[in-house]
Amino acid sequence: MDGLDDIVEEFLVESHENLDQLDTDLVALEQEPDSRERLSSIFRTIHTIKGTSGFLAFGRLEEVTHVGENMLSRLRDGVLALTPERTSVLLRMVDTVRSLLASIEATGGEGGVDVSAVVAEISAAMEDRPAPAAAPSPAPAEVPEAPEPTAEPVAVAEPAAVAEAVAEPVAEPVPDEMHDEHADDAHDEHGEHGEHGDEHAEGGAPTGAARPEGAGGPQGRRGVADSTIRVDVDLLDSLMLLVGELVLTRNQIVQYVGRSTDTDLVRASQRLNLIASELQEGVMKTRMQPIDHIWSKLPRVVRDLGIQCGKSVRLEMEGRDTELDKTLLEAVKDPLTHLVRNSVDHGIESPDRRRAAGKPAEGVLTLRARHESGQVVVEVADDGAGIDPERIGAKALERGLVTAEQLARTSPQDVLQLIFLPGFSTAAAVTNVSGRGVGMDVVKTNIEAIGGTIEVESEPGRGTVCRLRIPLTLAIVPALTVECAGDRYAIPQISLQELVSLDAEKAANAVEEVGGAPVYRLRGELLPLVRLTDVLGLTSDRHDGHVVIAVLRSEGRRFGLVVDRVINTEEIVVKAVGGQLKAIGLYSGATVLGDGAVALILDVQALARRALRTEITERQEAREAAARTAAVEAERQRMLLAAIGEGRRVAIPLDTVTRLEQVRADAVERVGNREVVQYRGAILPIVRLDRHLGAYGGGDREVLEVIVYSDHGRSVAIVVEEILDIVDGGAAVRSDIDDLGLLGSAVLGDRVTELLDVRAAILAADPAFYAADSSSPTALLEA
Amino acid sequence: MTSATDTPTRAASGQLATFRLDGDLYGVEVEHVQEVLRSQKLTRVPLAPPAVAGLINLRGQVVTAIELRERLGRPPRPAGTDAVVIVVRLHGEAVSLLVDSIADVVDVDAADFEAPPDTLGGQARELIRGAYKLDGTLLLALDVQKAVGS
Repeated sequence: MDGLDDIVEEFLVESHENLDQLDTDLVALEQEPDSRERLSSIFRTIHTIKGTSGFLAFGRLEEVTHVGENMLSRLRDGVLALTPERTSVLLRMVDTVRSLLASIEATGGEGGVDVSAVVAEISAAMEDRPAPAAAPSPAPAEVPEAPEPTAEPVAVAEPAAVAEAVAEPVAEPVPDEMHDEHADDAHDEHGEHGEHGDEHAEGGAPTGAARPEGAGGPQGRRGVADSTIRVDVDLLDSLMLLVGELVLTRNQIVQYVGRSTDTDLVRASQRLNLIASELQEGVMKTRMQPIDHIWSKLPRVVRDLGIQCGKSVRLEMEGRDTELDKTLLEAVKDPLTHLVRNSVDHGIESPDRRRAAGKPAEGVLTLRARHESGQVVVEVADDGAGIDPERIGAKALERGLVTAEQLARTSPQDVLQLIFLPGFSTAAAVTNVSGRGVGMDVVKTNIEAIGGTIEVESEPGRGTVCRLRIPLTLAIVPALTVECAGDRYAIPQISLQELVSLDAEKAANAVEEVGGAPVYRLRGELLPLVRLTDVLGLTSDRHDGHVVIAVLRSEGRRFGLVVDRVINTEEIVVKAVGGQLKAIGLYSGATVLGDGAVALILDVQALARRALRTEITERQEAREAAARTAAVEAERQRMLLAAIGEGRRVAIPLDTVTRLEQVRADAVERVGNREVVQYRGAILPIVRLDRHLGAYGGGDREVLEVIVYSDHGRSVAIVVEEILDIVDGGAAVRSDIDDLGLLGSAVLGDRVTELLDVRAAILAADPAFYAADSSSPTALLEA
Repeated sequence: MTSATDTPTRAASGQLATFRLDGDLYGVEVEHVQEVLRSQKLTRVPLAPPAVAGLINLRGQVVTAIELRERLGRPPRPAGTDAVVIVVRLHGEAVSLLVDSIADVVDVDAADFEAPPDTLGGQARELIRGAYKLDGTLLLALDVQKAVGS
């Protein structure tokens, strides 16, 4: 069934269901021939099949259903009366439709099912009102058998009898020799049981009519129709809720048991942990649907709109099978459609202007969807004119949405985000497509309502990208729990980029102030800091000077939220909070943590909006700084800073580092007098940098910080006391003061830092490291 | 939150669940009360209105707790005494009220009802529908809708 198109498969599932209903309806109709309701229902079913089969180019199926529909419409309108003969003919039609569907399912085509006889019968039954013609008379006799064969193959073990029983009703009207051949075929097939299905798939023989039903039927049908069931979405919703509660309870139990020493209990709780996770995943999957469900309507939208706007637009889709929760899918539908319309209307230029700009006349609108760290990222990208920040700024000014002063301090990237403000529209003329000014802010509100985010990026002349980030599911959200002034808060992972922890000494240097606002230099870019205690009007209970920063992203901007402590990551179930608390505008909800305590969920978007009003200037400076950094990047080198004890700091060129790992001290084994550790199925020689460089630091630590260096398939592990930071090192002052194992020293981050001779360190761990290869990396630092 | 639903019960007979707060006896309609709990662990909500004492975990459900003393303009509960939590259900949503202690369920007669005395001032006047004159004491009928509203 692999070859079947999705649409065909869906059609088959639906039709099989409908046909079962049809049998019931038709029989019931005989009891109450005047039931317009039943007739209408039958009519609709046949009409649907007819419509779809026409669309899918199943000509014979269409032919049968077409005449059937004709008769049904007359019955429905009371032009014809329903007689037992007519019912029989209709039932025969249903059987023929079934045969056709079976053939389509087995072979992908209509096979050799002959429909002319049934068509003739139906036509006759319609015309010969007073007395049914001779032709259809044998039919009633056969018909009562018809429903049986479908059931029989499952229950009865006599293959030959079954095959015949099935073959008859359908094959009856077929010329004699056909019938014989068919019956023989059926016999033959049953001789070599088990191969029917395959034969069908290959052959599609002219007598394929009865085969899928009789022989391949039981297996074949289960392939599509019986392997799926329709389930009420409400049921799935309540299942999901229950699973959410289960996850919470699981969290609690795992947390309590973590303190227990009862091994049986620990084992049971681990198992519960696993099963709950799998169950959660499974239930989530039942609600997942490919994004194509909403995308499939967009080609038409783009086409119509393109014609209306006099533009030529090609729609490309990437990642159409990306799945997300059905509820979310529904919620994303309208915003996405709006974005697409917007792109066609505003983004892509008219063919003339495109040609003038040296671009192909046909614009390309690309929809992309992918999973990215537990989220679904959906992009609507066009290769149009892009958005001019100046025009946006001017418009926002004109509308009184920002002040000139605010605008002057806003970076171009942030100016773009102004299009999401309520009442903003740049369309010079209000069209009936978009430009009513009710667009982008509604899009944004809708996306945020489902816990998603939206940002826009644009390059004038090259195009615009709108990027939606949507959680996989609404009910259960991975979150980071942090502590602030003694209380715990949850931050949805969707906004979290990284965590930075600074000890007191480092924090004193690293956290600087720009015009009174605290910033942190995160890899060269200034990160504005927001203290959660300040926002919440609380007093921090952390007095040791340590600074913990959660780097968050909101609306394309980054900022650091300073919290007291990071507790852990947890799957949380979002609970709504009352209107009073929503009105505060800082909390998106609340959740019950593993220990049963309630924690508020921070609304990162709202937090950013509230806290970052004055952030813009810093950001601009940061960008300039970043640009400067980029300019001198070539002559700089990124260095990894590590502490090796006794307050000594060592810099290691980042490009020699493969990975940073943590290894348990008790995992270190010995080979001869060398220390090794097992790592990804290989034995990794260890060099302890403190000993190597004669600084006897830390001593017994449970977890070793390890820098893995690999080259040409060999790796060594360099153990340091602590990984400190990554800095740009090349431009710093250097000295040649040298010592064993060092290349010299430099001033990095205001402190003298030793530059590690990586080669010597590696050779200390693995003397044969470079033996196999002559290309020596001694020049690493001279880069 | 509207008070329209309360109009019919303004002077009605029925049962009130009563509780004590700063020495006075108050009552809420029994049908609003879902359950009564001993003191619960509260999670405070920074920046919330002062009457919001915090959030409690009611069997996995997160319920807002309203400090009724604050709401009625009474002094804070003395240190060392625990509040009792009355969970009320309004429009399908559970909200809890923090009170000093819970008392009996009392049958009240509309005949004993009187509008709030004119001496009753400020915030409290808004929240109290009136008083039932019981033997030796006054039972103040609390307007639950308004009490949990902002």
